[in-house]
Amino acid sequence: MESVAAIEQLAGKGAARAARRRLKGGGGAEARPRWWNYLILGIFLLISAYPLYFAILLASSDAGMIARNPIPSLIPRGNLLKNLSAVINSDIDFWQALWNSIIVAVITSASVVFFSTLAGYSFSKLRFRGKKALLAFVIATMAVPVQLGVIPLFIIMAKLDWVGDLKAVIVPGMVTAFGVFWMTQYLEDALPFELIEAARMDGCSLLQSFFHVALPAARGAGAMLFLFTFVGSWTSFFWPYIILGADNPTLPVALQQLQASYFKDYSLIMAGVVVSVIPLLLLFIVAGRQLVNGIMQGAVKG
Amino acid sequence: MSSSPAPARAPLTWRQRLSRWDQRLSPYLFISPFFLLFLVTGLFPIVYTAWVSLHDWDLIMGQGPFVGLQNFQDVLGSANFYKALRNTFSIFLLSSVPQVIAAILIAYVLDANLRAKTFWRMGVLLPYVIAPVAVSLIFGKIFADESGLVNSLLGTMGIDGIGWHKSPFAAHLAIATMVNFRWTGYNALIFLAAMQAVPREIYEAAIIDGASRMHRFLHVTVPMLRPTIIFVVITSTIGGLQIFDEPRMFDTSGLGGADRQWMTMTMYLYELGWGPQVSFGKASAVAWLLFLIIVLIGLLNFAITRRIASGGSAHPTTRRTRGRRG
Repeated sequence: MESVAAIEQLAGKGAARAARRRLKGGGGAEARPRWWNYLILGIFLLISAYPLYFAILLASSDAGMIARNPIPSLIPRGNLLKNLSAVINSDIDFWQALWNSIIVAVITSASVVFFSTLAGYSFSKLRFRGKKALLAFVIATMAVPVQLGVIPLFIIMAKLDWVGDLKAVIVPGMVTAFGVFWMTQYLEDALPFELIEAARMDGCSLLQSFFHVALPAARGAGAMLFLFTFVGSWTSFFWPYIILGADNPTLPVALQQLQASYFKDYSLIMAGVVVSVIPLLLLFIVAGRQLVNGIMQGAVKG
Repeated sequence: MSSSPAPARAPLTWRQRLSRWDQRLSPYLFISPFFLLFLVTGLFPIVYTAWVSLHDWDLIMGQGPFVGLQNFQDVLGSANFYKALRNTFSIFLLSSVPQVIAAILIAYVLDANLRAKTFWRMGVLLPYVIAPVAVSLIFGKIFADESGLVNSLLGTMGIDGIGWHKSPFAAHLAIATMVNFRWTGYNALIFLAAMQAVPREIYEAAIIDGASRMHRFLHVTVPMLRPTIIFVVITSTIGGLQIFDEPRMFDTSGLGGADRQWMTMTMYLYELGWGPQVSFGKASAVAWLLFLIIVLIGLLNFAITRRIASGGSAHPTTRRTRGRRG
């Protein structure tokens, strides 16, 4: 097979681009996709999207219609706004839950990014005793199922009088071993020593060099880490359910209460589901590409 | 250029001294927020769980007398523990095995030089942004025993509905479907990245050797993916054995069914600690047992990985960003 560079020399840019297209990406599959690639993906996408659409269909219906037609017609009915407002104004405080979810997700994500970058800067670029062992410890802790420590964590929070308080959800979420590992890996390549030295020559302390050099260099990976932490925080249920309870819920906890009190009316439950999904759906539309890249980079790097 | 050079042989200026301290201490200061917070909110609770499990301890009264291994005896002597263990493993197997297979196939299809690549990749990731609680509510209706979507569809074909909330296996299947729904596309992207890292020359060599497409997939792609497969299996083991959200929301009571047919280990832990028994001691015993099981399976996986890694494959291991259950 001729090399792409040779083709570019001999036959011009257009032919080279075509050759590249034929060569790359085609890993296990053939270089050019067949119709069945699109068919399989189309079916998989329908399966992926239908449950969400099913929720919207039910949320735009009412209890009677749902009981009569267990297989909903594919066209939404007209009750969506009515059901949404009914859920939001029900005795479960969805505004509060929405607000709580936003606060928790934003603070934990920003904090994870900041502290991970700080530690990642130190691990990737600074010299200190015990670095290797400490980094190995970070990597080992990624596999520790910390969720199993809920009982002592609850006891600690009770001592602090934080039960039912958002702080109890935010503080344990402020750092992750994964984040530190991720930023260490990234800064290793993305931040040249010359930049740090230049900053030091200009009289920067190490902390100043972090803000002037490391933090800007970490932007790309930091944005991805922010997104993944945000999704993780937004969708987490177990610990908020234990520690927050009904009085000060996040959205998943509010959904549990909704199910407990309206279990007979699926139009309202699904309206609640729609309320909880919309914010992340918007995020997905805006930043889905970064999520995809993050997963794929994370898969190759580590 | 702010710092002026110090005069020769003079003692260090305060500025130089400061800079030396900065060099020495700052690296530790930078990593300390992670270590402090992780020790207090992550590691200490896990270790302290062992201490709590040796005591009579409850939500209301607090710490009681030391009882030795009594809590472990109680837990290991109760039928619910074994049910929870069985259910957890059953749901885990039903979700991990088909999920890995489907994810590899989807990755393979995505690996062709598609038009609108980003669209397809984002499309398979869509379920990931739906919270497990919401997924469970949606699928709770899809798999409802009376007037659920699946049973109604079966009905139109003249097949009797399935007791999704009655038979243990059917319940496990329904819950595993929720997990698969949310994670298959995510894992497909991980496998896709690994597939794209496979050197082209190997495929070319296989083509020259006359290997069919099927052959190339089974004898080149899949073996090259082995470390990634093992990694995905390890991470989903850690997460999967702690599963709570989906089975908890599968019905309103959250106890795992009339006969506890879909109660998982973490649900059992929750019920012991915050249910009518309010026994933190027993709940901690369950937490520790589950912890040991996860560590044991983790070590087993690690041993297998090592053997395979030393068996010649030089493909990089992978990391993933699974957040919630990790």
